[in-house]
Amino acid sequence: MSTRYFGARTKRNEDERLLTGKALFVDDIVLPGMLHAAFLRSPYAHARIAKVDASAARQRNGVVAVFTAQDLGDYWKPGPLLVPPPPIRDAIFNERTQVPLAKEKVRHVGEPVAIVIAESRYIAEDALADIDVDFEQLGTVAALRKAIQPESPRVHDDVAGNIAAQVHQTKGDYSAAARQAHLVVRRTLTYDHGCAQPIETRGVVAHWEAREDKLTVWDTTQAPVPIRNGLAALLGLSEKQVRVIAPFIGGGFGCKVMMFYPEEVLIPWVAMNLERPVKWIEDRAEHFTGTSHERGQIHDAEIALTKDGKILGIKDVFLHDTGAYDPYGLTVPINTQCHLLGPYLVPNYDSTFTAIFTNKPIVTPYRGAGRQHGVFVMERLLDIAARKLGIDRTEIRRRNFISSEEFPYNNEIISQDFVPLKYDSGDYSAILARALETIGYERFVSHEQPTLRAQGIHVGIGVVCYVEVTGIGPYEGARVHVQSNGKVSVATGIGTQGQGHYTSFAQIVADQLGVDLSDVEVTTGDTDQFYWGAGTFASRGAVVAGNAVNQAATIVRRKILHAATKHFECAESDLIAAGGRVSVAGVPGHSIKLGELAKKANPTRGAVEFGTEPGFEATSYFGPPCGTAASGAHAMIVAIDPKTMILEIKRYVVVHDCGTVINPLIVEGQIHGGVAQGIGNAFYEQLVFDDFGQLLNASFADYLLPTAIDVPRIEVSHVVTPSTLNPLGIKGVGEAGAIPVGALFAQALEDALELPRDEIELLEIPLSPNRLWELSGSWNP
Amino acid sequence: MESLESKAIVSPLSRDSAMEITGQRLIPVAQAQVWDALNEPDVLKVCIPGCESMEAISDTELRVVVTAAIGPVKAKFAGKLLLADVNPPNSYRLSFEGSGGPAGFGNGDALVRLTPEGAGTRLSYQANARIGGKLAQIGSRLIDGVAKKMVDEFFQRFTVKLAGLSMPAAGKPPLASTTKSTGPSLEIAFAFALIVTAIVFINDFVLIWLLR
Repeated sequence: MSTRYFGARTKRNEDERLLTGKALFVDDIVLPGMLHAAFLRSPYAHARIAKVDASAARQRNGVVAVFTAQDLGDYWKPGPLLVPPPPIRDAIFNERTQVPLAKEKVRHVGEPVAIVIAESRYIAEDALADIDVDFEQLGTVAALRKAIQPESPRVHDDVAGNIAAQVHQTKGDYSAAARQAHLVVRRTLTYDHGCAQPIETRGVVAHWEAREDKLTVWDTTQAPVPIRNGLAALLGLSEKQVRVIAPFIGGGFGCKVMMFYPEEVLIPWVAMNLERPVKWIEDRAEHFTGTSHERGQIHDAEIALTKDGKILGIKDVFLHDTGAYDPYGLTVPINTQCHLLGPYLVPNYDSTFTAIFTNKPIVTPYRGAGRQHGVFVMERLLDIAARKLGIDRTEIRRRNFISSEEFPYNNEIISQDFVPLKYDSGDYSAILARALETIGYERFVSHEQPTLRAQGIHVGIGVVCYVEVTGIGPYEGARVHVQSNGKVSVATGIGTQGQGHYTSFAQIVADQLGVDLSDVEVTTGDTDQFYWGAGTFASRGAVVAGNAVNQAATIVRRKILHAATKHFECAESDLIAAGGRVSVAGVPGHSIKLGELAKKANPTRGAVEFGTEPGFEATSYFGPPCGTAASGAHAMIVAIDPKTMILEIKRYVVVHDCGTVINPLIVEGQIHGGVAQGIGNAFYEQLVFDDFGQLLNASFADYLLPTAIDVPRIEVSHVVTPSTLNPLGIKGVGEAGAIPVGALFAQALEDALELPRDEIELLEIPLSPNRLWELSGSWNP
Repeated sequence: MESLESKAIVSPLSRDSAMEITGQRLIPVAQAQVWDALNEPDVLKVCIPGCESMEAISDTELRVVVTAAIGPVKAKFAGKLLLADVNPPNSYRLSFEGSGGPAGFGNGDALVRLTPEGAGTRLSYQANARIGGKLAQIGSRLIDGVAKKMVDEFFQRFTVKLAGLSMPAAGKPPLASTTKSTGPSLEIAFAFALIVTAIVFINDFVLIWLLR
């Protein structure tokens, strides 16, 4: 087997199509007779619907239909619970999922109340103004600490205190540990996230072909197979009657793996009802309130340490804002609970969270999926402890790392894949050392920083560490098939939103079968091409689907070689599979094109032995027993002007361990994108809600995405500790760039501003020029 | 040895976004005349562009529909006004709520005061308005600026109109107290409610169309 492609920085197969406008996106679908949908969305965060009168809308020229909750009849039902709560003892979970159209009350701004179907989107939107809705405003819950009070208004009438869930996990005995501590640091930390804002908003096109008895749905989803299964069940169809296609997608980042959004569930139903294709493309304003966010947590955390800065235990009690519904279960706060532990040895841990319903759009995973909140708490507590104990911040981390000999390390806490959190492999000291060396930590702290400070320049450095559990199950599958033209087709059930699967999976197969990278054609996201799968999320594509591709390719390779030994009448050890051919070593002329051999393996007449399968095809599934622990460190040098609080990132270093690397170019791309979103989360982006649940900044004029001048060049370096949980040794990398950036900014900015640390600490995300100004108050540097 | 550290922090996770519109104008006309002038529906219709209808639902409630025409763009909104704490001819409070359909809504209250100042009247108002839906999403800082501009424009027209009415002019009928079925203070309430409602909605619609 060659290793020509695996590990190589090959350019991506799919980029030419993407960059020349030849790729198919959902909005490119245009079908004869296609109608367009617009949604009437609630302007209130919490209100009873007294009356909906759509008669005027129905009479508008060009309007074909208007549906409200009443019109859906039996089809109206709350969506499925996507992720059941993990089996944790005494966990409380109140399942309340979103509905296709609000019936008796609306629970967040942007919740759909009616759908208008018209000949054009323009007419449909005009018709929205014709719909008369009588809303009776109700008291709103927005702030977390208030929402949990028993006398607060209830988002769900039967859920007191708006408690969506409560989960308590422990390891060891924290109270005993705290009693023995030399230092206990207790802080309240808040972490506000934001929303993904992919460049392509959501969209659904549905086409019911009555004569073929078949429904085709193009959907910007990260999980086409579960969507296919769910839609079939909802619409009373067989799974085989439904085809879901997730074509090229302009970014997912998690908000597109929230499934069975109201629009996703309604458009296919409307298409079947009207027997005409229907299209809905979300506009940016809708996206701000109609697509999921990832948002606030408030942590009351404490860390107990010895005099040498060794962690004795951590206790954390936190509130998590889940928005108006909780269809995604507890994934986000459980990730927080688990990832707070980081690369450190924490012998005693006591963590409780309460997930709270609020009158805001729902919270589901967004790149990092709750991990950044936990990492922020741990890294800040360590920074404060280091300061109090007089230990260098990198040294305190070193002293607490899980050492290389301790793997596999069992953290005991139950993780989002329902099993205890285990780290399979890692080398945290090496990662930290590489980061410090790359950024020149020692030199900076002892020479460059003092020199610059003497010149009145405010510059600081930050270094933070994290672990990210990736590649969780349950499974993915892949089919590899050599076609008679010699090209190899690969199909898998996950979708692609820019991760480069068309290339990385091709690299695996090209090496296994000895073909050119450009001769491997990968199909993802089409349920007619591959029937089974869970989806693209939790940094699992390469790990789980990649390994399935590898397994299938291995089987195909065996079939090819077996057929070739028969064809050439030689031993397998004499064969070479390379360049799209199979040849006998040392015998020129004894060579056959792969396609030819495949044709020979598929005769249309004649006799074969028992057990022979035609052609060269194999399907294989891979499912790991638990997630594999990727890890890394980020380091940053930042300069800030204390008068304007505008900052400039001078250097940004990422050292990452994602095990075996298939394509370093793609890995770097993932890290760059993650860091950009992390920078946005740390310093620029914030969803601002008022106390009445109104989103006050639903446009890019006021929701600040980082631009090209805000994202620096990123220096990426790898440490490799292969995963022990899959044959290829791969760990995920999709979310890593975004995870520790908040903690990094807080540490580096405290350093740059030289804040009087005993009075002013940065314990919240996002920071921003305004916020830094407020926090530093009347203090003048 | 154990040392405990604890800090309270200010959480930025939510905030109160009520918009405050306060202001005052010196109107060069005596208080009683200002009061009376505001009883004239014709005055108000001229000062509030696009006022389509005013309908008294009860002694204390009024429905109003205003179409705002700004350049090529037109938007219609419907509002409801409620009167309270009437103290003629000095002050009253009114609350309002109005809907602009898919564009959003606004509600709030206003306290209006008239006090004599020299030969004229100091008219002061304090309004708290909350907006929601698309109106809020565009950003209250933008709306504040335009709101102030619209208030200026209204009062300019109002002052000009009042100055014209208070001077006897040929062919113009003297200002007479008209028969009011709802009482003088209610008309004033209508006036100021319209002002505030108009300000909130007109300029919000402007913004929506401008920023589309």
